[in-house]
Amino acid sequence: MASITLEGLKKTYSGNVDAVKGIDLAIEDGEFVVLVGPSGCGKSTLLRMVAGLESITDGTLKIGDREVNNLEPAERDIAMVFQNYALYPHMTVYNNLAYGLKNRGFKKDQIEERVQTAAKMLEIADFLQRKPRQLSGGQRQRVAMGRALVRDPAAFLFDEPLSNLDAKLRVQMRVEIKQLQRRLKTTSLYVTHDQLEAMTLGDRLVVLNGGQIEQVGTPMEIYARPASMFVAGFIGSPAMNMLPLDYLHGQGSGALLHDLPENTDIVGIRPDDMLLQPPESAYLQVDATLMLYEAAGAESHLYVQLADSEQPTVIRTSGQPPVSEGDTLAFYIARDALHPFNSASGKRTGD
Amino acid sequence: MQTKRMTFPGHWLPYALLAPQVIITLIFFIWPAGQAMYQSLLREDAFGLRSTFVGLENFARLFRDGAYLNSLSVTAVFAIGTTLLSMSVALLLASTVNRMIRSRSTYTTLLVWPYAIAPAIAGVLWWFIFHPSIGVIPYVLNVVGYDWNHRTSGADAMMLVVFAAAWKQISYNFLFFLAGLQSIPQSLIEAAAIDGASPIKRFWTIVFPLLTPTTFFLMVVNVVYAMFDTFGIIHATTEGGPSQATNTLVYKVYSDGFVGLNLGSSAAQSVILMAIVVALTVVQFRFIERRVNY
Amino acid sequence: MVENRPWANFFAHLMLIGGVALVVFPVYIAIVASTQAPGDLLRGSLPMLPGSHGWENYKAMWSTGLSRAGAPPAGHMLWNSFVMAMAITIGKLSISLLSAFAIVYFRFRFRMFFFWLIFITLMLPVEVRIIPTYQVVADLSMLNSFAGLSIPLIASATATFLFRQFFMTVPEEMLEAARVDGAGPLKFFKDILMPLSITNIAALFVIMFIYGWNQYLWPLLITTDPDYYTIVMGIQRMTSEENPQWHLIMAAVVLAALPPVLVILFMQRLFVKGLTETEK
Repeated sequence: MASITLEGLKKTYSGNVDAVKGIDLAIEDGEFVVLVGPSGCGKSTLLRMVAGLESITDGTLKIGDREVNNLEPAERDIAMVFQNYALYPHMTVYNNLAYGLKNRGFKKDQIEERVQTAAKMLEIADFLQRKPRQLSGGQRQRVAMGRALVRDPAAFLFDEPLSNLDAKLRVQMRVEIKQLQRRLKTTSLYVTHDQLEAMTLGDRLVVLNGGQIEQVGTPMEIYARPASMFVAGFIGSPAMNMLPLDYLHGQGSGALLHDLPENTDIVGIRPDDMLLQPPESAYLQVDATLMLYEAAGAESHLYVQLADSEQPTVIRTSGQPPVSEGDTLAFYIARDALHPFNSASGKRTGD
Repeated sequence: MQTKRMTFPGHWLPYALLAPQVIITLIFFIWPAGQAMYQSLLREDAFGLRSTFVGLENFARLFRDGAYLNSLSVTAVFAIGTTLLSMSVALLLASTVNRMIRSRSTYTTLLVWPYAIAPAIAGVLWWFIFHPSIGVIPYVLNVVGYDWNHRTSGADAMMLVVFAAAWKQISYNFLFFLAGLQSIPQSLIEAAAIDGASPIKRFWTIVFPLLTPTTFFLMVVNVVYAMFDTFGIIHATTEGGPSQATNTLVYKVYSDGFVGLNLGSSAAQSVILMAIVVALTVVQFRFIERRVNY
Repeated sequence: MVENRPWANFFAHLMLIGGVALVVFPVYIAIVASTQAPGDLLRGSLPMLPGSHGWENYKAMWSTGLSRAGAPPAGHMLWNSFVMAMAITIGKLSISLLSAFAIVYFRFRFRMFFFWLIFITLMLPVEVRIIPTYQVVADLSMLNSFAGLSIPLIASATATFLFRQFFMTVPEEMLEAARVDGAGPLKFFKDILMPLSITNIAALFVIMFIYGWNQYLWPLLITTDPDYYTIVMGIQRMTSEENPQWHLIMAAVVLAALPPVLVILFMQRLFVKGLTETEK
């Protein structure tokens, strides 16, 4: 087990395409870090650079105290779980797990013991003699995990491992991965584009955009204080509503807004923070017409059009409030629920 | 041309892996082809002792030579005849087999095996059944008043080699037509049936146009086959005769070079054939692209 | 589709049976002829049913051959054909697998140059460069040898392309997983790539075997020693005799056709796969 240190890591493809533009990140021993961002943000490239599957254009990569920039993937003491599992189709599950150990010169009985232990842990002991194509998607996923597990590596690398599963299985496997990592305490780097997966799995999240880090922090830090409009829009579902400051001034809330940080011209409001009842603390009030009412069981989404504005806005509320489409409603926003941003820089103001 | 996203590092290994293929190619393909080009510019004296550089004279002579021009037209007739006969029989059989459900694989098995028979063997088989004195077919033809003799009649000899060449190629064309037919979505044919088209009309307005890529592809393949792979048929049967009536280009390269020992002319003919192969290969690749993108 | 026209089905079957008959006819005649007594064929009308001399004809052909026509026993020629076909097949498959592996899984200088060099062989069938190739083989003293029969024919652009095509469809992650698992190039080739290619190899094996078995012009040129005659070319030697022994020749024809036909019949699925994929 080991820490992973990235110092100014860069990847430039031929034709001067910068996929990764200088990443500094220190992953502690035993930590579970999730790289999250939209497709094309460089998260997979970054993971593959750590794995040794992509060359490093510039910067330093250390696993433990060793600089591993120019080491073969097999020499980095990492194990990887691939998006499409990459199980060897012609080998049995047992041999899939054993292949890496055989190549490393493990003795037969050591291999047997490790494979059996991993198989028990992942509940695939019954399938060891089957071929991958005889397994369901979830079982293949477990075998792919098993292949990483038997190696007992310094770090696990996960490349969107759950994206080929159906929704229900994905939730189940998410929980199992988390429990497994807690138990083994192996340093893990996990790539996903799914913000919910990121929030629930990671000790820390790294939000990437355009090959750069937008924000690093615990899931709740990032949710509570998104450092940029990008992060605000990416983390949380439905996405945060963005309202121009001028608009709120126009709605007669000026008195509460003058203490916002300098340069603020746009404020973000989470859909949960638009309330149907006034809160106890200081609040703003906005009128809106209900366009669409989406009842989703425990909660409801209200798609509204704000008074004097074209802007579509979403509100999330628990249960099913007694309102109907076409009604004009009043919404209350606690003063503390505003996230101030500058639209030119895209950054949070006042930091 | 791409490689994998990730490749193995290696300085000498890829060269070592390629070496056997490249060495054989250089020794047995590139070098002889170069020799053919070089020799096509030379002429040997009557005793084969000295050769002189004559430029393109060998080529010029060929195109003034009645025998060569005759060979060109013989080849054209042979290639077109073989292609048309083999492809139309194959299409007829394939579209009929495609109608069948239970018996499809049985018929397929019964129709594909002639692919395995060597052209020379196919030639001998047809030579035997058309044999003027002991063959079955001349015997029957005699009854209806036709005196078959491929030893004296150029037309009979041509028909013989076309039959043998087409017979052997039916299985190949059949398999490709069947695959083409099976890739046509059944829903299109059903839609045409609902639109009131009769089975024959459906074939000509829906099925045949959708088979065009396969048809073009097979045309090129069959022409290549007739031009280059049928040496055995000619050599084992008519040997180019009677009086040059079946002397195709490939056979002539061989007979002028090995039998007539006219190396310069034979080499020039080789070069012309290579040019034809290159042209056909380019056409073939074009059509393959079309086939994929259709 | 609901199309209930019994007469149309009847007609279709009739036509297919006609087609099958057309395809079978020459071979049927050969079988009939090969079972007749020597004189029976020369009477001017061939019997339409097999005769009773099959055993002695095949036996004579198998063990004695037609020595007067310069053709050794068919058993020996069949063996030669088999050795040549296997050498060509195995040779083609091995060098094509290796070169396709190099071209797909490595980046190196002159990669494109080598690719085109191999590609060009596609355009140079042996028939068009026959004399200079003969000269090369003669200069290398490979006339009348199995090496001369097989090695000049084993370079194959088709097989290289097919394997290249197939390797490109192997998921990238296979290689990546193998490298994380500590496999080097040769280990990857042996443990992962070869097992994954096994159906393609088998399919190509069928096609190449038939190709090798049916070689005609090449053995005709480079073998003057009857010890190296192959069955397909040997038959030509028999027919060019003054008074061809048709009943024995037809026995040889059946023997020559049998191995590749059996290969197709028993491995039809692989054969169809090999045929349709080599032409893509």
